[in-house]
Amino acid sequence: MIDTKHIGRQLPTATFEVEKGRLRFFAKATGETRPEYLDEAAARAAGYRSLPVPPTFLMAADLEAGIMFTLLEDLGVPIGNILHGEQSFTYHQQVCAGDTLTVESRIADIYAKKGGALEFIVKDSLIKDQKGTLVMEARSIIVARNPREKA
Amino acid sequence: MSIVKFDQVKVGDELPPLKLPKVTRTTLALFAGASGDHNPVHIDLDFAKAAGMPDVFAHGMLSMAYLGRFLTNWAPQTQLRHYAVRFSAITPVGAKLTCGGKVAEKLEKNGEKLVKLEIGVADDKGEIKLAGEALVALA
Repeated sequence: MIDTKHIGRQLPTATFEVEKGRLRFFAKATGETRPEYLDEAAARAAGYRSLPVPPTFLMAADLEAGIMFTLLEDLGVPIGNILHGEQSFTYHQQVCAGDTLTVESRIADIYAKKGGALEFIVKDSLIKDQKGTLVMEARSIIVARNPREKA
Repeated sequence: MSIVKFDQVKVGDELPPLKLPKVTRTTLALFAGASGDHNPVHIDLDFAKAAGMPDVFAHGMLSMAYLGRFLTNWAPQTQLRHYAVRFSAITPVGAKLTCGGKVAEKLEKNGEKLVKLEIGVADDKGEIKLAGEALVALA
């Protein structure tokens, strides 16, 4: 079982630069072909400062810094046993290429279901831009399957 | 593209569905790199098998990204206020996914007109892979 003493634990702050090339790669990987997501002039014409960050892209800020994977290692949860349970984003400001973000995350909750066969880790993140403005809030719920505890 | 208006929208209105090409191993390799999710369970068959899975399977966030495209096709992204999903089934290689949704509620919050959308991604057998909701501001 994952020790619930980790509830409330603040995770290391991550920094993430939003790069145009990376956004184009993400567009390719998700089948996005609209010009405002690929071409800077089209993005400006659509009212964005530069290429806009798509709604789910900023998971990369967390993943790139290895926040979740380091945490799982710390908690003794094998990476092959996890599933993504839930994900939510609350948007305050549009993030665009050229922005430098910081991600502050904490463990909001840890709980078990099915007699410990499934354990849930709830992580909340605040994402701020280079001016310190809160641009997005995110919540991830990761599910750890514990095969050895299956009946 | 004309932008959808609050007064034109009724509860129960269906949004235009988004059909995706079949999920391939290449899709997963590209998404691993682009998303930053390098968990080998999505890209390395040997690892997936060792973890007790029959094969690699798609990142939940791939479907959520597709569903994000579906949302921003309907209304510009700057109007998206909240987007939340629960993942309910694994998406295997070869899955043919479709994003869909409907208007669940019209509301006003902090002086802003909003619609709540019920949205989800299902495969061609009708199995729901993830479902959730979005709040979109409309003028």
